[in-house]
Amino acid sequence: MAQVRIPSALEGLTNGSKQVEAQGATLSQVIDALEEAYPGIKERLLDESGELRRFINIYVNEEDVRFLDGLSTGLTSDDQISIIPAVAGG
Amino acid sequence: MFNSDEKERYARHFILPEIGEAGQKKIKDAKVLVVGTGGLGSPVDFYLAAAGVGTLGIVDADVVDASNLQRQILHFTDDIGKEKTLSAKDKLKKLNPNVNVITYQQKALAQNVEELVANYDIIVDCTDNFPARFLLNDAAYFAGKPLVHGAIFRFDGSVTTIKPNEGPCYRCIYHQPPAPSKQSDPSLAGLIGSVPGIVGTIMATETLKLITGVGRPLVGKLLSIDTLHMEFTKVNVRKDPKCPLCGTKSITGLVDHEHATNIDLV
Repeated sequence: MAQVRIPSALEGLTNGSKQVEAQGATLSQVIDALEEAYPGIKERLLDESGELRRFINIYVNEEDVRFLDGLSTGLTSDDQISIIPAVAGG
Repeated sequence: MFNSDEKERYARHFILPEIGEAGQKKIKDAKVLVVGTGGLGSPVDFYLAAAGVGTLGIVDADVVDASNLQRQILHFTDDIGKEKTLSAKDKLKKLNPNVNVITYQQKALAQNVEELVANYDIIVDCTDNFPARFLLNDAAYFAGKPLVHGAIFRFDGSVTTIKPNEGPCYRCIYHQPPAPSKQSDPSLAGLIGSVPGIVGTIMATETLKLITGVGRPLVGKLLSIDTLHMEFTKVNVRKDPKCPLCGTKSITGLVDHEHATNIDLV
């Protein structure tokens, strides 16, 4: 089970859980598993065409998945996934 | 090199082996432009002035509002209605009269940002909206100057340091600002009062590291802070060959983007 770090902006969907577990061999499968457990989270991460939203970055361990294989990035059970949305306030 | 007031004032820097008198001289000679004199700008300006940055340019177009006082610690209750840059300069000069504080009571825009940036060595982005952040990133890139970027929203913050041609830029992470919606007023975004203090003091530390050449700045790293769980996560930011600014170089000049804030992403 991959560990997924949920940003505070999306914690409302995970009942306040910061760290959740999700099964999947790829990031795409993990997002589907998250959607099953926490309905509504997928549309916050992916746009209408199923691509990762531009102002959400997902990191596997410390690497941005855009520089890995995107949603097809393969995962192992030890992987830490971090979802980090853009922040712009000051 | 330093008068007796300065020798006493900076004694804690002088005894740090990494700083010493030589480092303090670099701080004194430094010219730093801090854009935004609000939540982030307050602690950044405060600590840079306290540290003895010789020339501090401060930019903001706003006047102090009662709703600012919950987090913008450079401004006091008596300052409501006063221009933010003047309110800030007043406190900064009282804190450290050795600092030359130059005020720009204006917005940083495509037409003036080049001129603002030209007289400074380091740019610190304390603005509150996406277009300003893209504009400063581009202006710093074209001027070849380092940019310390920090941002806050609700209970969260993020910091990264951008050094043109050494690491990725802001557009490597987010190519374009988000599309504005009808609700892009930053006053609609809630924010816990102390978070700008956490993020701003990290930004001030990054600036002092850049000035003195000490330590490793957050170049190619994004520090993401979630204060609800007090989690600090550091991830890698890569230079994107498809970045329209420093990758494909399709952006060749400065533009003002349509206003958009965090509210547009919620």
